[in-house]
Formats: sequence, structure tokens, C-alpha cells
Amino acid sequence: MHDLTPITALGGLAPQVDTHGGVTCTEVPDVALASYAARLGQEKLAQAALKKVLGAAVPDVARLVEAELAAFWMGPDQWMIEAPLARHETLAEDLANAARGVASVTEQTDAWTRFDLTGDRLETVLELLCQMNIRAMRAGDAHRGSIHHLGCFVICRGAEHFSIYGPRASAGSLHHALVSEMKSVL
Amino acid sequence: MIINHPLLGPRDSSEFVYLGDASLINRPDPDAEDRAQSFYEYGYLRINPAGMHRELWFHEAGDRSWLVVTRDTTTHEITSVEMARDVARAQGRSK
Repeated sequence: MHDLTPITALGGLAPQVDTHGGVTCTEVPDVALASYAARLGQEKLAQAALKKVLGAAVPDVARLVEAELAAFWMGPDQWMIEAPLARHETLAEDLANAARGVASVTEQTDAWTRFDLTGDRLETVLELLCQMNIRAMRAGDAHRGSIHHLGCFVICRGAEHFSIYGPRASAGSLHHALVSEMKSVL
Repeated sequence: MIINHPLLGPRDSSEFVYLGDASLINRPDPDAEDRAQSFYEYGYLRINPAGMHRELWFHEAGDRSWLVVTRDTTTHEITSVEMARDVARAQGRSK
């Protein structure tokens, strides 16, 4: 039996936390992710199956829905599902079983890394990092864009809480981008 | 240049990648008699208009959908933006 020690995307044993000028950037490793894409011609059935799993309406364009499982819109007929890893380690398998062939489900947990920004001047930091209209974003908005040439999801969970999902293999670069922008503008 | 995405609203053109003429949606029938000629035309021959042009753009740094953008190549004025899949479906494709 192997005795392996789990590490975060930044390589630490515990999530990295950086605070500067009232904004805190926290690495969030304990999230299970799976993408859910409706099969051609099965869009309505796929939405109905996802609605049942979420226990809530499927998120509209560029929106997030949060329940025990959360889901955000990625593109036409595509969503990313997120859930606490401890309780949903088999998220992709569970979704695939629920979809019964009307949607393609792909395990995404270790493809992405998540950083949460909390504080009261997040717009000032984020508007320099990405092109989306950060000041127009309200709680529940989820957009995809580029941060330092990395394709990232920027999710607004509240006025003082944003989540950023970026490619896990570039976690160090994304973390550098976020923290250096915090230091430059705050 | 701003592209008014049908789902996401106005987005900067730097988020997009240009592919080319929107007629690329219409791939010729590979089983047709004249397939050699029609694939030659499909692969190589382009009209290069000074004026209105329908073209394919990919929203790479966004929702990754394909769009059909109608643009004036002399002024960059964009008069219409449609989802490419809606255009294809309207022509009876990808049902």
C-alpha cells in the first residue's frame, strides 16, 4: 500500500494564503469538478437530468447556481459542476450515471486550480487582470476570459468574494499574476 | 474592434480567433461525383471582397463558441453576429 502525501497545486501541504491591502487570495484545493456537455439532439433531456442532480434550475448563460452541488455555465449546453471533494470524490461517475448517455461527463478535478479572492477592493485588482466588465458583475455571474494568457473562469460569489479557476499546471503563474496585481494596486 | 456576442454581449475582438470565410461551414459531399473539384474549391478558392464579408470567428478566450460575423472589410463595421451552429442548423445541418 502506498503512503502518499497529497499536495496542493502550488506544491504545499496546506493551501497558500496571501493577504495584501485588505484583499486575501486563498488557494482552494478541496473541490471536485466535472464538466457536463449535452449530446447533440439530447439538449432538453440533458438539462432535465442536470436539474434533477442539482436540485435547482440549470444555470443560464454566464451564471452560477449554488446548492449542495454548484454549477456554472461554460458555453452553449455545457456546464461545470463543482462540489466539496470530501463528500463528492466520485462526482464525474455520479453525474455520468445520472445522465444515462444524454450528456458527456468529463472528470476535471485536477485540471483546474481555484483561488478565492476576498476583500472590499476586488474590482480594482481584477479589472487589471482580465478584460471582462468586472464592475458590472453581480453575485452569481460566471465568465470565462484570459488572465496573463491563461484561460480562466472568473466567478462572482458576492461583492467581496470572487473565485478564479485557472489551469492547474499553471497554478504558480496564475498565483503570481493575482498576488503581484494585489501588490501593485492596493 | 468589438464583437457583440449573441449570448455574452459586447466582447473585445482580441478574445476571438479568426478562421476565415463562413462558407467553410458548407463542407462538400465526399461521396459526390465532382468531389475532387468541389474539395479543391472548398480548400483553396476564396473570394476576397472589399466590403461585406461573412466570416467565422472562434471565441477562444470566452465560451469557445463559433460565430458567423458579417463585417465590412474596408471599415471593420460589424452588422450581424450569429451563432455558427444556428446558421448551420438553419441550413438543415447538425440537427
